[in-house]
Amino acid sequence: MTMRIYVPRDAGAVAVGAHDVALALEQAVAARGLVVEIVRTGSRGLYWLEPMIEVTTPPGRVAFGPVSTRDVMSLVDALVSGCPHPLQLGLVDNIPWLKRQTRLTFARCGVVDPRSLDDYRKHGGYKGLERALTLTSDAILADITASGLRGRGGAGFPTGIKWKTVTQASADRKFIVCNADEGDSGTFADRMIMEGDPFVVIEGMTIAGITVGAAKGYIYIRSEYPHAVAAMNAAIIAAKRGGYLGTRIVGSSHSFDLEVRVGAGAYVCGEETSLLESLEGRRGLVRAKPPLPAHQGLFGKPTVINNVLSFAAIPFILDGGAKAYAEFGMGRSRGTMPIQLAGNVKYGGLFETVFGVTLGELVDDIGGGTFTGRPVRAVQVGGPLGAYFPRALFDTPFDYEAFAARDGLIGHGGIVVFDDSVDMAKQARFAMEFCAIESCGKCTPCRIGSTRGVETIDKIRRGELVSENLAVVEDLCNTMKFGSLCALGGFTPYPVMSALKHFREDFSPAPQRLQAAE
Amino acid sequence: MSVYEPWDEARGAEIIAEHSQLEGGTLVILHALQEAFGYVPEAAIAMVASALNLSRAEVYGVFTFYHDFRKKPAGHHVLKLCRAEACQAAGGDRLAALAEAKLGITIGDTTADERVTLEPIYCLGLCATAPSAMLDGRVIGRLDEARIDALVAEAQR
Repeated sequence: MTMRIYVPRDAGAVAVGAHDVALALEQAVAARGLVVEIVRTGSRGLYWLEPMIEVTTPPGRVAFGPVSTRDVMSLVDALVSGCPHPLQLGLVDNIPWLKRQTRLTFARCGVVDPRSLDDYRKHGGYKGLERALTLTSDAILADITASGLRGRGGAGFPTGIKWKTVTQASADRKFIVCNADEGDSGTFADRMIMEGDPFVVIEGMTIAGITVGAAKGYIYIRSEYPHAVAAMNAAIIAAKRGGYLGTRIVGSSHSFDLEVRVGAGAYVCGEETSLLESLEGRRGLVRAKPPLPAHQGLFGKPTVINNVLSFAAIPFILDGGAKAYAEFGMGRSRGTMPIQLAGNVKYGGLFETVFGVTLGELVDDIGGGTFTGRPVRAVQVGGPLGAYFPRALFDTPFDYEAFAARDGLIGHGGIVVFDDSVDMAKQARFAMEFCAIESCGKCTPCRIGSTRGVETIDKIRRGELVSENLAVVEDLCNTMKFGSLCALGGFTPYPVMSALKHFREDFSPAPQRLQAAE
Repeated sequence: MSVYEPWDEARGAEIIAEHSQLEGGTLVILHALQEAFGYVPEAAIAMVASALNLSRAEVYGVFTFYHDFRKKPAGHHVLKLCRAEACQAAGGDRLAALAEAKLGITIGDTTADERVTLEPIYCLGLCATAPSAMLDGRVIGRLDEARIDALVAEAQR
């Protein structure tokens, strides 16, 4: 058997040198006249170990990491001689951080070659679609509903209901739209799955197409993700060649085609109606709802618009996994959530687990605290529109309702960890500033409130009429929360108010804090 | 460093024609124009409008709404620093200030010799290897002072 070495091509691994390592490996094995196949994969999501390479051995794949180009020579020597290497991490499947996870959506990510349709099929790919093609729309919808899957973009709307609405709508054309405008800081699960297992997204969207009767789908990917764009485009070409996209897919009577469209740096386009406007070639102005996209979405036609992770969860569910999926989780949050640990965290990466794990377990136990070694002071959950949680709330279980009950949201599952050097007044200011930069401008509370918010927090930080200005900020947040059409203006108050509520001391004019912040 | 063609009306028309049949393809066309010329020349706006049967105001509105599209060419190298929360938590603000000081410009500007444009970016999705940056499309993670020094030096070359 030819030795295979797997090196990620995931952007997160490339950013820390994976391409250079792959090149050095190629040269090192060629110099020794070895026959080695180097396969480029996605990432397993253990980013503190990237670039993490894997080597085939009789008992399974063995991992090494973090590998730099300087380690390549000694590593190849160790592989040839069979001697241990200091970077060896043992069998990948036995790495505790991976072993503790429940990988349903990310089962193949980091394992398969994302450019190979054959590899995808060899690892159970397209079984969900094959089964779906033997079922009626109603039977597919029954499976989706039974799984309890809720939209993974952040809003948590039941996927089965959304799809059913589009199925029942009558129109000459319907569309499937994948929201891959993953703009929340601290989130990268969409990027990882598109780069590491793009066919699972395509399969999920194809199943949506045959269910609701749509023949065309769009994947709207943000321009900040060039690697994901390339990976999805390559996979679409391969799927077309293999007969999995196009007319009469896999010999059935269904036709379904996909097109990637690239965003242009507007955060608000992650909001579904803004995204639809952008896909139609317009300014990303948010639409009022109703009408819901399920009734009048893209080009005014009934449209299923879901997040990447929602579509990626579908193939497992359709491959006889609906019941198994529903058995995971807590309350109304069923199945698994790919959680992303980011920022100042020791073990950062993607941790797919069943709902119900507590925030404290995620940050302290799985994340290992901060990489600076300083105490964790705050974590922001759910992106720029998510609340900051103090240690006192670390017993909150990861669940849509539990976070909402504590004035927070799980959003797209990103957790950004901050140590005790953080200035929470500065973070609150940033939330307002970001809203001001990214507001589409349609709603006055969002467009103007965010700018006034920045000015008012600046006054507080300068020590001007602190208690009066704090009251202004609270009032402003209230107006934005209830007076904005979408989550940008409506949720910016979450980080601001949570910072005010849990870290009030940072908003008092204490000179030492102000100095530390500048 | 990216090499761009000088603006040429015939070439612009060709690019527009290539995509004008796409449904809702305004962004696709603007991206393609910028990819070819490094920016979206004002003259092209009217051409896009006429090809898509839209008003110039509509196309101009789309062009100005999105952060990506440029009115004029950028510097020879574009260094984008992630300014979002995960990178802030990992010390990104300090490194951004360092890059500004080294280049003698503030974020959003181009150096006088037009070598380097320094821009903010709100999340590259490299949040577990923060702070991160992108130099001419190449991603770089785990930034520290030494890496910022090296990136700035590379961009100035």
